Amino acid sequence: MSALLGIENLRKSYGRSVVLRDFSLDVDEHDVVVLIGASGSGKSTLLRCIDLLETVDDGVIELQGRDITDPRVNADEVRSRIGIVFQSFNLFPHLTVLDNITLAPRKVHGVPAELARERALVTLERVGLKDRADAYPDHLSGGQQQRVAIARSLVNDPVLMLFDEVTSALDPELVGEVLAMLRDLKSEGMTMLVATHEMGFARQVADHVCFLDGGRVLERGAPEQVLGEPTQDRTRQFLRRIIEAGRL
Amino acid sequence: MSSAEDTWSPSALQRERDAYRKRQGLRSLLIAGLSTLVVGGALITAVVSAPGWERTRTTFFNWDKAVESFPAVLAGFWINVQVFAVSALCVLIVGMALAVLKTLRGPVFWPLRALATVYVDVFRGLPLILVLLLVGFGVPALNLTGVPTDPIVLGCVALVLTYSAYVAEVFRAGIESVHPSQRAAARSLGLSGPQSLRYVVLPQAVRRVVPPLLNDLASLTKDSGLISVLGAAIDAVRAAQIETATSFNFTPYVVAGALFLVLTIPLTRLTDRAARRYGAVPGGGHL
Ligand SMILES: Nc1ncnc2c1ncn2[C@@H]1O[C@H](COP(=O)(O)OP(=O)(O)O)[C@@H](O)[C@H]1O
Ligand SMILES: [Mg+2]
Repeated sequence: MSALLGIENLRKSYGRSVVLRDFSLDVDEHDVVVLIGASGSGKSTLLRCIDLLETVDDGVIELQGRDITDPRVNADEVRSRIGIVFQSFNLFPHLTVLDNITLAPRKVHGVPAELARERALVTLERVGLKDRADAYPDHLSGGQQQRVAIARSLVNDPVLMLFDEVTSALDPELVGEVLAMLRDLKSEGMTMLVATHEMGFARQVADHVCFLDGGRVLERGAPEQVLGEPTQDRTRQFLRRIIEAGRL
Repeated sequence: MSSAEDTWSPSALQRERDAYRKRQGLRSLLIAGLSTLVVGGALITAVVSAPGWERTRTTFFNWDKAVESFPAVLAGFWINVQVFAVSALCVLIVGMALAVLKTLRGPVFWPLRALATVYVDVFRGLPLILVLLLVGFGVPALNLTGVPTDPIVLGCVALVLTYSAYVAEVFRAGIESVHPSQRAAARSLGLSGPQSLRYVVLPQAVRRVVPPLLNDLASLTKDSGLISVLGAAIDAVRAAQIETATSFNFTPYVVAGALFLVLTIPLTRLTDRAARRYGAVPGGGHL
């Protein structure tokens, strides 16, 4: 298996409700895989399992060929190689933008404060927020906060980025600036797993689209195929609902 | 964008509104001032014209006696200040440790968590005066070597035992008010559990509980006066008591009270300032 991320027969349940069952998925290096599926189909749960924020019930998750679900691996080290961005940004409100970004490099990787600061400013420049380095998250717009959150997860130089509906909490006119960042990341060759309801974005950027249903990947294929000519009834139903909601 | 040639001047309507607000403000001020004068005047007249006022004045507000007792009471008050400073520091440290223990998850920490829970339940439930008497007289009675018998030290221990239980609950409320997504965000960046607590959860938790925390500390300043029940420590209250016993004049108590106010009132003002500065820390990371 040469995939960057390989998931095999993953099972995850909360109490009696099984969210993921016999779930398998491969993501190759430099690929962008988009996850779609109804609310509650387990997209967030999957991403949280990959980032080891949840313990799985069964199955294997391999990152760069190593089983990271093994209790003997250093979970903190694994997490620092994976970046995750949440729907609700989750910036640290008591820290400035700059301190949000430099916290992990300083405390986890032991980067000297001055160097961490320089690197953070470079990253902020890239996302167009250098002039807001000393602002607190609450003084930024939603789109700016989400861009800071992405910048924060990028300073660790992750090998894999996970995005969990990162535009769902944003006003429509702010969605574009965040999606533009994801496009940039793809062009730089970042491997990404993206849960989203932005079908237009999925069409343009995804290498593969996976439709999640009943705890597993029900349908997987190129975006034109899954979004255009789905083979499964459930996928068709889901897409029809999305179209009715005016999101396609 | 407003430019340099923006020559706005209030419209007639706005000027009329401003004038109205000003009139209203003046009227409120006048009413407030007048009612304060009336009520205050009535109170003073009532007290001063009371049949026992002359005697009350000489027994409680005797200037000569106040001047005479001041040095002794002040010396005692210095002990209160020291007791307060040392206890407050220990209370914050022990309280924080207890709160962190109580929020630890996982079966490994069960004994620690249980211990912290029992501690808080017991010392929050016992009256302070009882803890003071038990520690102050019980510990020396044990005759253990190496254990301090100084009543001031034992008084501090009793204060810390009781107050750290209260403060632990304040800190714990703060820790639990930080949304779990903050910890998840910290962990996802590779921070360890203790690091997430130290750099992400606790700073937010502490800022949120600054007002109730300073409230407990203000209460602690006053209760530092209770160590006088241990007798040997001559704090402000005890000093006042001694001064009173010789002359049957209660002015020294008033002097001691005034000294406590000198300490607690600035602390309360500080609380308000700190609450405005830190209490309003935005939380959660949600829109
Ligand atoms: N911490 C949790 N405890 C219990 N149930 C949960 C928890 N997190 C998610 N679930 C449940 O798991 C299912 C999948 O949720 P989620 O992964 O958030 O779906 P999605 O992101 O696709 O909308 C839902 O039914 C949800 O109620
Ligand atoms: Mg979700």
